[in-house]
Order: sequence, then C-alpha cells, then structure tokens
Amino acid sequence: MKSLEIRDLTVALTESPDQPIVKGLSLTIKTGEVHAIMGPNGTGKSTLSKAIAGHPDYKVTSGDVLIDGVSVLEMEPDERARAGIFLAFQYPAEIPGVSIANFLRAAEQARLADGENVDAAAYYKRLYSKMDSLKIDRKFTSRSVNEGFSGGEKKRCEILQMAMLEPTFALMDETDSGLDIDALKIVAEGVNNLRGDNLGVMMITHYQRLLDYIVPDFVHVMYDGRIVKSGDKSLAIELEAKGYDWIKEEFATASA
Amino acid sequence: MTTVSASPFTGLDAERFATHLAQRSYLPAWWIAAKQEAWNEFNSLPMPSRKDEHWRFANLKGLALEDFQVPEDHSSLVPRLPDFPQASEIIFSNCQVVGRTGLPQELADQGVIFASLDEALRDHSDLMRKHFQRHPVQLGGQKFIALNVAFAASGTFLYVPKGVKVDLPFVVQHTLSGDRQSIFPHTIVVLEDQAEASLVEFFVSGDTKSQLASGVNDLHAGQNAKLTYVGAQNWSDDTLSFQANSIHAERDAHIQCLNVHLGGRQARHESHSRLAGPGSHCDMLALTVAKEAQEFDQRTLQTHQAPHTTSNLLYKNALIDTAKTIFSGLIVVDPDAQQTDAYQTNRNLLLSDKAEANSLPGLEIQANDVRCSHGATSGRVPPEQEFYLQSRGIDPAKAHELIVFGFFEEVLSRLDNEQLHTVLSDLIQSKFKKS
Repeated sequence: MKSLEIRDLTVALTESPDQPIVKGLSLTIKTGEVHAIMGPNGTGKSTLSKAIAGHPDYKVTSGDVLIDGVSVLEMEPDERARAGIFLAFQYPAEIPGVSIANFLRAAEQARLADGENVDAAAYYKRLYSKMDSLKIDRKFTSRSVNEGFSGGEKKRCEILQMAMLEPTFALMDETDSGLDIDALKIVAEGVNNLRGDNLGVMMITHYQRLLDYIVPDFVHVMYDGRIVKSGDKSLAIELEAKGYDWIKEEFATASA
Repeated sequence: MTTVSASPFTGLDAERFATHLAQRSYLPAWWIAAKQEAWNEFNSLPMPSRKDEHWRFANLKGLALEDFQVPEDHSSLVPRLPDFPQASEIIFSNCQVVGRTGLPQELADQGVIFASLDEALRDHSDLMRKHFQRHPVQLGGQKFIALNVAFAASGTFLYVPKGVKVDLPFVVQHTLSGDRQSIFPHTIVVLEDQAEASLVEFFVSGDTKSQLASGVNDLHAGQNAKLTYVGAQNWSDDTLSFQANSIHAERDAHIQCLNVHLGGRQARHESHSRLAGPGSHCDMLALTVAKEAQEFDQRTLQTHQAPHTTSNLLYKNALIDTAKTIFSGLIVVDPDAQQTDAYQTNRNLLLSDKAEANSLPGLEIQANDVRCSHGATSGRVPPEQEFYLQSRGIDPAKAHELIVFGFFEEVLSRLDNEQLHTVLSDLIQSKFKKS
C-alpha cells in the first residue's frame, strides 16, 4: 500500500503568492481508496489538483505533498508523473499534429530506463484493447491529441491515458463536467475498471451524480480552501439534497 | 636556390579557378564558357552590403569566403544514406561520385536520364545546355550562384521524357568532409510534358568541420508534368551554406518543393517559382529547425505569369536557443495572370526567449481578379501544451520535440511518399539528439 499525503498545504497563484487559494489543507489518500472532493465553485478544488501535479501557475507557499513520505514539491511536473501522479484535466490541452499513438508512446517511453524501448507490437495491442473497452474508435490513434474532440471524447481520452500509464494516484478534476449520461457511464466504467489495490483516486466534482457511478470510499467537502467536512457516501447524498449553503453557514459559525 | 613555401590553402582564387578549368578541358566548350563567365561575374559582383534590401537582417560578416578551398580529394567516410525504396541513387563525396545504383533498364529504355554532371555533359550536352540556368534566381545571391557555376563539378541531371511516369524517387546525396572544404552542387531536373518524377537530395557533412556549400537547382516541369523535389540540408553546424532554387512550371504542371533545413552556421535559401503556363501549380514548403547560434535566411518569390495559376507557400521554422531566422517572401502577379490563387505563410515557433524570427511577407498584384494572401506568425509554445505533456511524464526537451513535430506535421503530411515522410522525420529527430 502506498500513500499520497497532503500536509497542511497552502497554495496561491504564482503571480500573487500573498493571496492563498488553498489554505492549510490536509488529506491522506491510500492506494485502494477513492476520495471524492466536493464543494462550491471557487473553493480551490482545481487549484489543489493542479498544485499537486506541479502546474507552474500555482505556488505552494507552505506545507508539503508526499508520496510514501517523500516530498514531491521539488520535482518537475514530468518527474511527479513518473513518480505515479496522474492529473485528469478538466480542460485537456489540444496538441496539433501530435497523434495520440505517438503521444502515449512518448509517455510510455519516458517511463523506461535509458536504452530500453517500447515494444511497438505489445504497445499497440494494449492500446487497442484499452480503447475498445472505453468505446474509443481505433481511428483515434492517428488523430491529434484532443484536437477537435467533443467534450466526451476528451474525457474518454483522459481515462484512456490513465489506463495506459497506470498511475498510483489519479487526481480527477471535474471528469464528469460536459458529459451526457451515456458518456458519463462509459467514463465511470473506465475508472471503476482501474480501481483496485494499486490505485488511489482523488475525484473532484460539483455533483453527486458522478458518485452514483463511481462510489467513493470517502467524501470531503471543500470550502474556502480547506476541507470542512468529511464523511462517507451519505455525505454526498446529503449535499445533493440540501445544497452547500448549510456547509457555508456551519463554517461561518465555526470560524466566527 | 630559393624555396617557396606554399600556403596549405588554395583558396577560391584565380589560380585555383584556372586549375579547375584546365582539369575539365574535355568538357563541352559551352560549359567551360559558362564557367568562365560565372567566374568573371563572381569577381565583379560585390559582397552583399548593409544597404541591400535582399540581405536585410542577415549576418554579412558570416559570409566571408576567404578561407575556403576547393577540395581535391574525397573522404572515404560517407554517412549512410537513409534506406528507402528508390528508382536510382547517386552519392557524391566532396565533388566525386563515390557510389551509385544503375538506372533500371526499363527507365533507360524509355529515355530517362539520371546522370552526374560530367556524364550528362559528355552524353547529353545539348539537352543539358537547354535547361542549365535557363531561369536564374535573382534574389540577392547572384554572387554565390556565380561561384556555384564557376566551380560546379558535382551535381545531377535528371531528365524524364514526355509521358514517362516514375513512381519511386531518384535520390542524390552530397557529402562534404574536411576542414574548410567547399562544395558546389548543381542539380538540373527536366520533366517533359505529362512526365512524373520525384527527386530527393540529401546534403550532409561527413564531419563537424567548417565548410562552404553553394548549391543551385534548375527545376523544370513541362505541360501537365508532375514534379516533386525534396532537399534535406544537414551540413555541419559550422558550414556556410547557400542554395538557390529555380522552379519553372508550364501549362497545368504541378510542382511540389519541400526543403528541410537543419545544418549550417549560416544557411541561406533562395527560391523562385515561376508559374509560366496557365493552370500550373506550385507548392513551396520548408521546415527549419534552428538551434544554438544558427542563422537561416529564406528568400522567396512566387511569380504568376499566366491565368488560373496557383501557388501555396508554407514555411515553418522552429527556433531554439539563440537561433535566428529570416523569411522574406514576395508574390508577384503579372497583369495577365487573372484568377490567380497565391498564398504565402510563414509560421515561427519560438522555443526560447532568446531566439529571433524575422518575417517580411509581401504582395505585388497587377491583375484585378485574383485571390492572394500572405501571413506571418511567431509564437511561443503554448504553456498549457507544455504542461499537459509534462503531466504525462514526458520531460521538457522531449515535450518540445513532440510539439515541434506536431507543428511540422502539417507540412510533412503533404508528402505522398510515406517512407520519405519517415526518413525526413528521423532526420529532423536526429537534430534533437545531437547537442
């Protein structure tokens, strides 16, 4: 079992480090667990996931992020990825002219030692089988990464990458946004297939809807840069019924 | 008795030229006369000056020719030519033929000629004379073209008779080795009416020494002919390179030209396409990877001389470190050339803050019913693309390489020949590996 420990983490925009967005957040995710992070817009959920992945726009001003006790904060984004972190983007970038096949192959190659090469035949076999299970047309392999993809195609492509790269910890940022119910089911099934003892998931979502399909082990409510409430799946159901206002009030009372 | 200590260098001087001519007395008189005339022209033309618009932004000091010499011998170390299906190939090392595959009998029987300059001058002098420098490029580098003609010894003549179609490409490799050596390749391609063929030329150095290369192409496509020309330049990073490319398209001819520029300390490429016959078309494509302190200087002219002609120029430069590129292009539409479609696009991808991309696009339209556009863009790698690739474990250098290949794919994908696409991709990739 491995752990991703977020320890008293404070994050700000690199360009305005004095205005924290994530404010002393702590959370430990172990492999085998799925943690849902819910909360209203603007509470720092996306910032949290991008900062863990090493996005240059965000600066960790205090606290730490550790994998099995080893800090990742000094690592470049690519080193963090090779250390086992995967960020499924809310808005995946389009890379014109770079085919999905070449892109994923470069990502796999990056995980091999010097002098080793991706076995092309085995790679394509694996790629096609993952694509089939995510109901992605095999023709997509020659299409440019995310270019001209629909919202649903982009999200499925994120899950495809996750399936191929087999991270230890997946940070899924609003993976359900922009998906219709059929696409949502395919994506959820893809994630459920990857669930297991070797993967820890941090799943950011606005809506309880996703949690009907990917049932979390833990639910955390994030508000104003902190986790203000944690529970199990029933917390998500409560949020769905009552909205976020009671959390805000509770938090306001608590901090008053 | 007095001893004269001979300089180790026989530069590009009158004595050296006299020797060059004397060694070639067996060649046709018109060829010798052309060389003499070119030598006179080379000497009478001034070096480019700061006032010369054709050389705006260029490093003029880098053009000094004093130290270079004409090679007398060839190196035995010839870099391996990429292996891909071809009709026939000729390999030059310095100025000599060091390898070739015979022309398939079937092509020879149809009258196809694929020969070194010396062979062509011996066996097809009149045919070659008809097309040699028929439409010289005049974009500022006339002095270097004259130097090419004066000293041209290596080069190729490809002639495809009327109606003959050759599927596989003809391949030429020019190799230059040795310190301060120079090379002057001259390529003449003539496709008669309805002929189809492609020629791929590789320009490579056998070592990393300081060298001089001045190459000239005369490309001619007859009526309804289809010509593809690919020039892949990968001289040493300490080479001064000059290349002039003349393209002439007759009625309904279709020409595709792609130049890949990788090597050279300072490399200038001039290309002039003339759409001389109605309905003719020319694609002018170029890909450049400029790194460290390299300078790539590209000057183009698309002349539309007849109605219903189309040309499409797309030059893409990727700039790394403190590299510099210059693109200066002009579209000229003659009064008669109605219904012309002409496009000129220069795109620069800057992978470093210190790189410099200069762009001087231009139009000169004298007809009133035409569609012409030009555009130039320069931009940094979008940070979201960089982060996306890195977030998948790809290191920044490899991420840049992928983004450059993505940027180039728009051009490479226009090649019909898949194997050639792979060969050129591999060649471009080698530039990212050497450092």
